[in-house]
This record gives sequence, C-alpha cells and structure tokens, in this order.
Amino acid sequence: MPAPKPSTFTGRYSVFAIAREAMRLHTGWKRAWASPEPRKKYQIVIVGAGGHGLATAYYLGRNFGITDIAVIEKGWLGGGNTGRNTTIIRSNYLQDPSAAIYNKALQLYENLSQDLNYNIMFSPRGLLMLAQTEHEVRGYKRTAYANQLQGVATEWISPKRIKDMLPIINIEGPRYPVLGGLYQERGGTARHDAVAWGYARACSAMGMHIIQNCEVTGIETANGQVAAVNTARGRIECDKLALVVAGHSSVLAEMAGFRLPIESLALQALVSEPIKPCCDLVIMANTVHGYLSQSDKGEMVIGGGTDGFNNYTQRGSWHHVEETVRALVETFPMLSRLKMLRQWGGIVDMTGDRSPILSATPVGNIFVNCGWGTGGFKAIPGSGWAMAELIAKGQPGPLAAEFGLNRFAEGRFIDESVAAGVAH
Amino acid sequence: MLTLTCPCCGVAAEETELHAGGEAHLKRFGPGSSDAEFEGYLFARKNPRGVHFERWRHAYGCGKWFLAARCTATLQVFATYSAQTPYPPAEVVAAIRAARPDWQPDWTETPTTPAESPNA
Repeated sequence: MPAPKPSTFTGRYSVFAIAREAMRLHTGWKRAWASPEPRKKYQIVIVGAGGHGLATAYYLGRNFGITDIAVIEKGWLGGGNTGRNTTIIRSNYLQDPSAAIYNKALQLYENLSQDLNYNIMFSPRGLLMLAQTEHEVRGYKRTAYANQLQGVATEWISPKRIKDMLPIINIEGPRYPVLGGLYQERGGTARHDAVAWGYARACSAMGMHIIQNCEVTGIETANGQVAAVNTARGRIECDKLALVVAGHSSVLAEMAGFRLPIESLALQALVSEPIKPCCDLVIMANTVHGYLSQSDKGEMVIGGGTDGFNNYTQRGSWHHVEETVRALVETFPMLSRLKMLRQWGGIVDMTGDRSPILSATPVGNIFVNCGWGTGGFKAIPGSGWAMAELIAKGQPGPLAAEFGLNRFAEGRFIDESVAAGVAH
Repeated sequence: MLTLTCPCCGVAAEETELHAGGEAHLKRFGPGSSDAEFEGYLFARKNPRGVHFERWRHAYGCGKWFLAARCTATLQVFATYSAQTPYPPAEVVAAIRAARPDWQPDWTETPTTPAESPNA
C-alpha cells in the first residue's frame, strides 16, 4: 500500500464538492487534517486531542486569533472518552454555573455543523429523565423550576404523556414505576467521532498542529512556570500548557508536581443489534443508572454506572452491566429480546462535587480542563469556549469562573451529585 | 470480577461483597493545620496509574475495613492488609516489588505509636 500523500486542506465540504468528486470517481478527497512533524516550540501546547482539547484549540483560534498551537495526543484523535460515550447532549442542570456552561455548549452544538463545515449529525430529538422514585419527582420538579429561572427550556411531564411519546415504555412498574419526567425538548445526541473530526479539521485548516501517537512523558518547569513538555516525539517548548486529558489528569498533574481532587473510575456502555426505529427520544433513568437512545443505525445505545474503585483499564465490572440491563428491561420489556453487540469502558475523572475543573494550577501557565466525569461529551463546545478564554486571557471568563480549583479550598462546591440524587 | 481476601475474616470476597473506600493512608489534618494541609487531606488524591493503596470495607461479610495494594493499570492485587497500619507493611512492599521491580515507595516511614496511626 503506498504511503498516504501529504494532506492538504481542500476547501469547504458542500453539495458542489460532492458533485465534483462524483465526476472524478471520488479520487480527489484529501485527508481532513494534516499530521505534521512537531516543531521545537509552540505558543500553546494542549495535551489531549479529544473533544475538549480540540474544541479548546479551535476556540483559541476562532475567538482569539491564536493559531501557534499544538494539540498532542497519546493515542489517536478522539480515541478516549470522546469515542466511548453515549453521545447525549442536554443542559438540564440544577446549579446555575452548570446550566450556564452546558447550555452554552448546547447552543454551540445547534450550529456546530455549519460553524465547522462538518456534519456532526446533531439530532435534537428530545431528552427525557425518568422519575422513578418520590425523591426523583421532587428533585426533577425543583430542577424544572431552576431551569425556568436560568432560561433553560425544560418541563415536568406526566406519566401519561411519557407513554404517549414513548409507546415501548412500561410505566406501571412495579419495582421502578414511572412517576413523571423532566423533559428537555432541545436535548438529543450527536455523532461523537464527527465532533472530534470536525474540530480537528477546522484546527488543521487554521494552521494548528495535531500530533497523534505522541505520549507526554514529562513536564519541565522553571521558576514555577511551565517550560516544555517531553514527549515520545521529542521535547516541545511552550509558553502555556493546557492539560485536557480526562481520566489521566492526575497522571499529568503528577508530572507537573501537583495533585488534583480527582479519582479515575471506569464507566461502561453497551450497544445492541440494530432494530427498526422504536425510540425517538433519549431516555435517562438515573435511579437504575441506565441511559438509552437509538442510534441512526438502529442500535440501542445503553450507558451504565461507574465502578467504585480507581481504575485505568478501560474495562468495567460485569455486574454493573447486569444491573443496568436488568433494570432497563423492566422499564422497556421489549429490550429483553435484544442481543448486545459490544460493551466497552472509558476512564472518567470524577470530582467530589461531580462538577468539572477549568482552572489555572499551582504551576504558572499550566491550565487544567478536567473533572467532567460521566458527562463530558455534552459539554465539549462550551468547555472549549470557556477554556480558550481562560488560556488566552490567563483569567477565567464568566463561564469558567465558578469552576476553579480554589472552590475546594473555599467550600464553594457546585454540587450536582446532590442535585441528581445519584452518584452520576 | 475483582476478588480481595479480607484480612479480618479470611474470606476471598468478590467485589459485589465489598465497598470501595478510596485512597488509604491519608494523614488527617484537623484544627490547627494550615488551609493547604486541610484541603489536601480532604480533597487532593494521588489517583496513580499503577500501584494504589486503598481502603475497602467487607460490607456484606464481616463488615470490617481493611486496606489493599492494587495496580489500577492492570487490576492486579498485590496484597490486602490490616487497616491499623500507618504505612504499608514490609511484606506488602515486598509483594509489590516482586511484581513491579521498578516501583518505589513514595513515603518516608517515621516511627509512630499505634495511637498516632491515621487509621487506628
């Protein structure tokens, strides 16, 4: 097989590009992003080419005109949690800082395909969080009221309306009766790989370097400031360094000489054989840790709960899958006939208050974006937007201000674990 | 399934019988400590990719807390041992060294009486 040609950006994707390529038997498509050799120095190095890292780079270029950026990645682009999540997008959070950043992300998702000129297949099909205990009924009603004050469009809906919207559901119980739900009409899903690929293509087109298979092995500091990162492909100097590595945040922080309030846990998901369309909503059942949606291919995509112990293996414990499926089968009896095709795990970075960290660190000019835990995908554009502002200005803007590391010392938690009533 | 042998009752317990309790050997900082020490005690965690010392409770067994040395990158269990120890004992260190020759302890052992032990 011949070596791939040096990639070049070839302009906009459009119906005319498809027609042009159809005329020449699709021989003219170029690679979507370049794979250059790393330079000796960049203004900004971002570690982690997942959704959050790439979005951070993209908004640094788009909003602040900074393009002297390298995004370096241990494995392949979008191969971590960006490629392992259940693609759910929503912004129905209780706390104001969470609602602000997740709703910013949702708004950016709505126009992201146009913005990136890359179809991320955003599907605002509606998102429903089932209340299956009295505790959840009270919690979700409270969230619905909070969302009204925040300007996030959600509503509390009755079991009858849920049954009308979703005929496959069993609302009777007995073990997990459906008592109502928190409905966000503008929530939905997107193609997770396409989000990473679209950002990567746009970053590459702005002249940024995306360097894959380039593991960071050490972080050099001088006078309390970052100086360089040592990587599998040599030493790279930088003025500013952003660590956007989700489950491996503690490992990178240790290289830089500080600790984070984070523990890494395995979170699992699984997907069924494809079937005819039967579920045009995203369903979340937090009591039983089950998330369910139907992909465009017809597969039922199911997310489960996290294990309780620290783990970097990207494999979760089998009994969590069993518990999730057992509970979902009662609420969706037709699932019991389905064969499951694949099951996988990702390593999520959990903070004590289940809210993210976008922050400066004890080392000068090192910034962290981590702690998204089990809910990172939905936040990607908002996270990148806020992180870019933090890095460019050295000070957090309004979206990131509440998510600093100092909130732990000061006791200003953004406690979404209490809000959800589950350890999500 | 992860299986840990409870050093209190000797049962080889599956993880569904156990409750994970997070990082072990945390040194407690209370009244009189600095803000940084107190914050570190409450929130900062090593969360290593590799050898990890952690607390477990034999929740659906004898109910006792114990400690385990385990690799978070492979899920290999090196040893389980008593929670009444301020640092991993020598035989636990030896068991880790046997499997991970490059691994270095990151604590300096200072003599403590049992009453000063953080987990006593």
